[in-house]
Amino acid sequence: MTWLLQFFQSSIGKKILMAVTGLLLAFFLIAHLAGNLMLFGGPEMFNNYVLSLTNLKPLVRIAEALLTLIFLGHVFSGIRVTLENKKAKPQSYQVAPRSATSNFYSRTMAVSGSIVFIFLVFHLQTFWWSFQKMHGNDADFYEVVVHSPIGFNNPLVAVFYILALILLALHLRHGFQSAFQTFGLADSRYKGIVEKTAVLFWLIIPLGFISIPLYFGFIK
Amino acid sequence: MRIIVQAWRQYDRNSEGNFESYPVDNVSEDMSFFEMLDMLNNQLLKDGKDPISFDHDCREGICGTCGIMINGRAHGPLKGVTTCQLHMRSFKDGDTLVIEPWRARAFPVIRDLVVDRSGFDRVMEAGGYVSVSTGGVPDANVIPILKDDADSAFDAAACIGCGACVAACKNSSAMLFVGAKVSQYALLPQGQVERKSRVKNMVGQMDVEGFGNCTNTSACEVECPKEISVENIARLNREFVKASF
Repeated sequence: MTWLLQFFQSSIGKKILMAVTGLLLAFFLIAHLAGNLMLFGGPEMFNNYVLSLTNLKPLVRIAEALLTLIFLGHVFSGIRVTLENKKAKPQSYQVAPRSATSNFYSRTMAVSGSIVFIFLVFHLQTFWWSFQKMHGNDADFYEVVVHSPIGFNNPLVAVFYILALILLALHLRHGFQSAFQTFGLADSRYKGIVEKTAVLFWLIIPLGFISIPLYFGFIK
Repeated sequence: MRIIVQAWRQYDRNSEGNFESYPVDNVSEDMSFFEMLDMLNNQLLKDGKDPISFDHDCREGICGTCGIMINGRAHGPLKGVTTCQLHMRSFKDGDTLVIEPWRARAFPVIRDLVVDRSGFDRVMEAGGYVSVSTGGVPDANVIPILKDDADSAFDAAACIGCGACVAACKNSSAMLFVGAKVSQYALLPQGQVERKSRVKNMVGQMDVEGFGNCTNTSACEVECPKEISVENIARLNREFVKASF
């Protein structure tokens, strides 16, 4: 076991931990989006979907616990890496090169990640927590998401969701391909496929999520 | 032309530094950047002031001794050159050049623009060598090596250890340097015997020296005067994982 601990204490081990947890969270987004898109199918479809999840409670709870662990691993190792990296560069330059040498979204992972974290707390505290308190076959989850003070008909909520999702997209813009670089799979053999798959995660999936607050907040 | 040099002045490791501004007149565009600094230093000596200390040796872009941050760019604004290969024709009359030493906890300032890069030496001592006897220089093609591998190893071996990667990295990570050094051995038959211990020891020493963690911004690749690719970082990650498990 000590060799495993040693591995995760090393700079590369810490990066591997960031990459594995980050990718797992990114894959969760697929399942989450698939569920969300049922909102477009109307109240009945969405309510039935949430109810079917409620009937699988033990499984859902296990999945939630695993997700929480993965998420905390990502957050804590992210904080640790960020603090260590600040310490490694005690004095910054008078003139910063900025976009001449790197993309802004690759330099601002800690910022985009932190704001997404704040969003997630809000998101869980509103939708997730409200859903936990609702029982029975007549529970109207759709109503909570679409027509309630915490729902998307509130323009403030919709705008907050859209902004947070744009930041999530930027986070994934760097994070997804960065994970494969960390695994050592970003060289010429794999670069093409990694970059193409990355588009799904940083563009198409976030756009899918954004379509919901956009539609229910401003179009419908 | 007239150039304003805003230089970092720091007497020694323990003193606090500050920027000082010096106008330099009659700069020719044919001068190298260092000839311009030499001219400024002559002027400072005449005025009874301390000349600006900076590292330089071969002045032909191959030794890796020089390295200055010029207006936020490691080795100046040009791609693929060291500071000594930068000429004043890259600037124009009236330009202000803010020149700073490499900034990293692992590269403490010794004086002015000179930093202590012995951390790189200690990383090399930890494994950047082949200790088995590989004999004399063999005839060409005695040991068959794939062309792709030979090319990649050679590209990695072009690293001159100047430290621009660490300087350009917002995390002061040395991954490009260590990646290049590990790659040049990992790709060749002579490096196989110590392949696993090498990568573990060099990464271990890199961490001890206080370099930061790589966040894959690729600023190092942009600023490297030898244009070492971040593919070497990917290879380093792969080598380290393979050696650890």
